[in-house]
Amino acid sequence: MSLLWITNARVIDPAAKRNARGNLFIADGRFVAGFSAGQKKSAKKIDARGLVACPGLVDIHVHLREPGQTHKETIQTGSCAAAAGGFTTVVCMPNTSPVADNAGTIEYIHNAIEHDAVVHVHPTGCITVGQKGEQLAPTGSLKRAGVVAITDDGHCVQNNELMRCAVEYAKMFDLPVMDHCQDEAMTQNAAMNEGVMSTRLGLRGWPHAAEDVIVSRNVILSTYTGAHIHLQHISSKYSVDIIRRAKGRGVRITAEATPHHLALTEAALVGYDPNFKMNPPLRTEEDRRALIEGLRDGTIDCVATDHAPHTDYEKDKEFDYAPFGVIGLETALPVVLDVLHRQGKFSLPDVIALMTHKPARLLNLPGGTLAADAVADVTLFDPDEKWLYDAEAGFSKSGNSPWHRQTLTGRVKTTIVSGRVVYDGQKIVT
Amino acid sequence: MPWNRRNLIAIEELSRAEIEQIHATTAAFKKILQRSVKKVPALRGKTIVNLFFEPSTRTRIAFEMAAKRLSADVISFDAAASSTTKGETLRDTAQNIQALNADLIVLRHSAAGSPLYLSRLLNIPVINAGDGAHEHPTQALLDTFTMKEHLGALKGRKVVILGDILFSRVARSNIWALTKLEADVTLVGPSTLVPHWFTDLGVKVSHDLKSALADAEVVMLLRIQHERQASSHFPSLGEYTSMFGLNKTRASWLNPKAIIMHPGPINRGVEIDSDLADSNRSVILEQVSNGIAVRMAALYLCSGGQPEAVLTTA
Repeated sequence: MSLLWITNARVIDPAAKRNARGNLFIADGRFVAGFSAGQKKSAKKIDARGLVACPGLVDIHVHLREPGQTHKETIQTGSCAAAAGGFTTVVCMPNTSPVADNAGTIEYIHNAIEHDAVVHVHPTGCITVGQKGEQLAPTGSLKRAGVVAITDDGHCVQNNELMRCAVEYAKMFDLPVMDHCQDEAMTQNAAMNEGVMSTRLGLRGWPHAAEDVIVSRNVILSTYTGAHIHLQHISSKYSVDIIRRAKGRGVRITAEATPHHLALTEAALVGYDPNFKMNPPLRTEEDRRALIEGLRDGTIDCVATDHAPHTDYEKDKEFDYAPFGVIGLETALPVVLDVLHRQGKFSLPDVIALMTHKPARLLNLPGGTLAADAVADVTLFDPDEKWLYDAEAGFSKSGNSPWHRQTLTGRVKTTIVSGRVVYDGQKIVT
Repeated sequence: MPWNRRNLIAIEELSRAEIEQIHATTAAFKKILQRSVKKVPALRGKTIVNLFFEPSTRTRIAFEMAAKRLSADVISFDAAASSTTKGETLRDTAQNIQALNADLIVLRHSAAGSPLYLSRLLNIPVINAGDGAHEHPTQALLDTFTMKEHLGALKGRKVVILGDILFSRVARSNIWALTKLEADVTLVGPSTLVPHWFTDLGVKVSHDLKSALADAEVVMLLRIQHERQASSHFPSLGEYTSMFGLNKTRASWLNPKAIIMHPGPINRGVEIDSDLADSNRSVILEQVSNGIAVRMAALYLCSGGQPEAVLTTA
């Protein structure tokens, strides 16, 4: 029997309302209530003095780029980045090459996960064939192949009738539909938020209204069909307001926000650095504050990184030509601790909840708690350690981070997946 | 005051004193251009590469003539006939040109921010000859130089910029230059092409042509840029002309001494009546001529030249 005993930690398990100094006992990959005297003698011990022990972090929005774009990231490198960032469960998006719009591709991804992943990885499938927004993908077969949700992430289904059918059909399988809310006609060639900054920089503006109209559309369709629609990477203040009012009426809408939209604004674009180019774009300080308030009152359900790796030669070019997206797995925890806990006065348990059981619950994933019998996924971190983040030295295959060469506060010291240490604060343990 | 910039990327970052230094240097070069021998040896032995990724007539020829008047060797690069058609990136193209011993690059590119990007990458000076809808600094310098020749100091002078402001780098550079020179600037055009965001840059925005043109001393027309418009920002060219085109009646609302400007290329009969473009109030061709002296000043100063040296020789 494999036994692991974590002692002296500040144990925070928001799902179980636990927040006290204590022990964690792990036997054969699952939490147990305690060890016998004999077990205590033979168990491997980790002294977590000064550290927080929380459920392994859960990220329901990452791009692992496999199959087909393995120059950017692979399931192996992406899951290593996840482990180094304290994430033990990630949900990968289907906009690979080919896109994951059929059971065969999902099976390929499952095989790669089985061989290469160091954390739990759950795939999603496409809403439409080829993510073209024209014809429904075989949702039932995707569900049978093991997807945890469907999404055309990176694209947004523009046809309202098709989207209505998609959510109505997916509801039959109890499968959440995650939507990337973007009206394409309103964002042709757009590169950044529309406003004073885009006016100054001469870049094509991307109005928040392009997000708001689709968020509204999804609220209406969820109301009409009763289906669960999850709104990905919300960036606009007005959208937060739409979601808040919909939730007040009991609509089955959920939403996420990314660390970069919580921490940064369009002001960062002044030097045209493509490492601040993302979809949706960074918006204004007003929007940023609205996202934080949305997380505080539960309008926004969780934090998700939208980890989107691109190589240096893809990103390092004229701003208009650089692809959208930034990596985020290895920086999410310190960034979110900074914005929500230290600046926003969220309690540590509240921050951890937004990155553990709350996202897990949205997609019915296991994990997110330290309760007895749960799979033993644990993250140990020092909330106060300052460290210099070097994106090029990170575990992701790509280095397109807005936090490259910045000092961050809060550092993951150990990541445990199913009772096994996979990251020891320095390296991946295999 | 010594000149200490090696790149000319944006008017936004220039001080008023720097704009005036360029104007003074321009005036000196303009005198030299009126001599029988128009050439000076200021940049002898230097190689200037015109890196043009977008079509251009005036700007490209003016930069080429300016370089030649300064005795530099000049090479003009045509993106359509280059390895960029084989997929070579701007980064690689520019680094290769630097490796070929160029001393200065003049860049015209459709992507906003690309001159700044190149200037960080290269250790030779970069002059922006127009980047997307961002800036076209030498155009604004020649425009304000031309205005000063006609009006004197621009402080408090009423300048109207009329047309497609949203997609115009000329408008943005002129907004910065004119506000730094304390002119009273009003942007006019359809609400879809003159968004309210511009008021944050220190100018007025109006959609009423009559009140905006009343007593203006300068009206600068901008071309309707079909190539940069993602979708229909106005119903038709015909409607644009009927609502915002400058014709004789509307020109009569201007100050009697007002000048009419246009950075070119003009769409006759769209933003301006053909007669008006050729009238004695039009300074459109003077702008073009001043383009050479302004680019001489830009090339000279960014290559390490000092204003005083020209001011004393001219």
